[in-house]
Amino acid sequence: MRTLLWGVLPYVAVALLIAGTVWRYRYDKFGWTTRSSQVYESKLLNIASPMFHYGILFVLVGHLMGLFIPESWTDAVRLKEHAYHVISLYGGTVAGVLAVAGIVMLIYRRRTKAPVFRATTANDKLMYVVLFGSLVMGMWAKLTNSTFDHGYNYRESIAPWVRSLFTLQPKTELMVGVPLTYQIHVVMALVLFALIPFTRLVHMFSAPVQYLFRPYVVYRSRDESQLGPRPERRGWERTGS
Amino acid sequence: MRVMAQIAMVMNLDKCIGCHTCSVTCKQAWTNRTGMEYVWFNNVETRPGQGYPRRYEDQEQWKGGWTLNKRGALKLKNGGRLKKLAGIFSNPKLPEIKDYYEPWTYEYKNLTDAPLGDDYPVAEPRSLISGKPMKIEWSSNWDDNLGGATEHGGQDPMVEKTRQQAADKVKFAFEQTFMFYLPRICEHCLNPSCVASCPSGAMYKRSEDGIVLVDQDQCRGWRMCVTGCPYKKVYFNHRTGKAEKCTMCYPRVEVGLPTVCSETCVGRLRYLGVILYDADKVTAAASTKDDKALYEAQLGVFLDPEDPEVRREAERAGIAHDWIEAARRSPVRALISTYKVALPLHPEYRTMPMVWYIPPLSPVVDALTETGFDGEEAGNLFGAIDTLRIPLEYLAEIFTAGDVAPVRASLTKLAAMRSHMRAVNLGEQPDPSIAESVGMDARTIEEMYRLLAIAKYEDRYVIPTAAVGDAQRLEESALPDSCSLDYEDGPGMGGEGPFGQDSGRKNLPLVTIENFHRLRDKQTADEEPRVEDIKEGS
Repeated sequence: MRTLLWGVLPYVAVALLIAGTVWRYRYDKFGWTTRSSQVYESKLLNIASPMFHYGILFVLVGHLMGLFIPESWTDAVRLKEHAYHVISLYGGTVAGVLAVAGIVMLIYRRRTKAPVFRATTANDKLMYVVLFGSLVMGMWAKLTNSTFDHGYNYRESIAPWVRSLFTLQPKTELMVGVPLTYQIHVVMALVLFALIPFTRLVHMFSAPVQYLFRPYVVYRSRDESQLGPRPERRGWERTGS
Repeated sequence: MRVMAQIAMVMNLDKCIGCHTCSVTCKQAWTNRTGMEYVWFNNVETRPGQGYPRRYEDQEQWKGGWTLNKRGALKLKNGGRLKKLAGIFSNPKLPEIKDYYEPWTYEYKNLTDAPLGDDYPVAEPRSLISGKPMKIEWSSNWDDNLGGATEHGGQDPMVEKTRQQAADKVKFAFEQTFMFYLPRICEHCLNPSCVASCPSGAMYKRSEDGIVLVDQDQCRGWRMCVTGCPYKKVYFNHRTGKAEKCTMCYPRVEVGLPTVCSETCVGRLRYLGVILYDADKVTAAASTKDDKALYEAQLGVFLDPEDPEVRREAERAGIAHDWIEAARRSPVRALISTYKVALPLHPEYRTMPMVWYIPPLSPVVDALTETGFDGEEAGNLFGAIDTLRIPLEYLAEIFTAGDVAPVRASLTKLAAMRSHMRAVNLGEQPDPSIAESVGMDARTIEEMYRLLAIAKYEDRYVIPTAAVGDAQRLEESALPDSCSLDYEDGPGMGGEGPFGQDSGRKNLPLVTIENFHRLRDKQTADEEPRVEDIKEGS
């Protein structure tokens, strides 16, 4: 079980994430969209959606800091564990509360506004369960394992384990003593990663940064291959009958 | 000089009878799919009226188009690149479906299935958006023929503007009011703000013919284009989550056929043709400081294909010979640049629109005749133009950013043409001073008359094909030379993918096939489908 959860599942999730994204990009560009429901209802969305998105972006930044800045580095700049804990507790809680409050409002909107609910697929519902679950479990794990001046130091267990995944030598033993809430959070997050390419969450990969650099008006030439009848597919050539 | 070609349109509003044939045929051709129920690529508005979507011309509310910043440079009214990206998680300036109108159907099943009772069963309206019973309160042309104008007419943003200048000009009392029809499609602008607003770069202007299109594979549904377009002619397909817009019927135009709206126009009021313009001048012209000078500035961007220098440059820019020849014969160029009777729609949005309008003159002759004067006598006509029932100020707010002079010039030319042609038809000697007084001569007036009154199909639509050498093959391609059901994942492949019905590799929604199947399913079904099923589109 230890190997399965902390040695196999992460690789399966990342493999699904990458392969799924490539597959979706190749075969479903037309379905690759935010599928916004703002035309149905925009009052709630105008508050909740930026709240959630900015919240989750801060959460992402927090995770990157927590997982990929080793404790030895912060020690080197003489940042004490206590100070680090305070930053991570308050910063993380603010970001988490933003994201959770945002998603709660979004789910409320999705459930109560009839047109939005009608436009919700089973795929969306599954995605919401996993996304909401991992968010709430993350908050739960952090807050139940923390007091104001001391908290669970994941930088001695979870963070080194995550980094060990990248060297292809997962130190699964590090995850053994980790509180259960953190473990559930990690597993749910991995499931979420695996789901990304197969849900509307793919829109996160099309953040339009290139907009900052391109000229305003885009010109394109007509696709010459699109003029006239489409070429016959191999094996389907007409026989002249 | 960088010569580019543009397929442009002119509509003669004098001839529009408001029959909505263009809207209906366009809808049948392009937007009769679920997700697009509320969308009309072509709509006909009664003016004064709020338009579709309601009050779309109020850019202080909707923030469409361009404006000038402090340094006098163009910027998007809804904010520049950074502001767009920072606000990408929601778009507060996006019209909701209810700003257009909530589409509906009726519970027809109740007519046949209702149990026996004392009352006649009725087919109640059901929203196509929520599936719930709804009260029908608005639609795309709810204020058709001034319906409700005494109550809603004052909400027309252009009426509000006109009244600021001339308080008593627009009246809605029955005996004093006026109206005309304004058919609208996408303007296929030279400086399109929708294209500039698209974060994904999915919207583009085709370099060959200037048609503005949305790449359905690249659109990510950020919805900025809907806000960016001041004419609100980019729509959000709420089922596929992608933007769609008028395509200028490019598959038809490519083979030399007019757009569906033009082809089916009962009044034959639409003209299609090529205009050559200097792409290097567009930005400077759109940045003209004075709103009222934008009309002249746009005229200055257009190039004269009779000029050998322009023709040489056009050929150097790779424009095909038949396109240059088409530009010389272009009815659109004649009406816009030669006779100067056509005017742009809202030049103050600074998008350089390319669907122009000849302002309406009609009621003046009858009105004059009723007062006992000779309604077609030039002196009477010219004098009457300033006191037209359709106030010049109102027309000017729509066509020339409030400058009355070009509207008056256009209307006097039309009046002079009537007076001149009456003399010709009555066998009298036309008075040359009439033509001179509007800066024309007898010959140009008669040419303009031919173009406005009796132009035949091939005179109204001068459309060069996409590739003249291949014309024959292309014409055939309009009718596929194989079975029309023969395409990848075609009908019969059936089923839903994991991402819903609209996912998968598709080029364009194949409308006729979708309809064919829906109709067949309906005809062979045992039961009338329930409203909810209609929404699902099965």
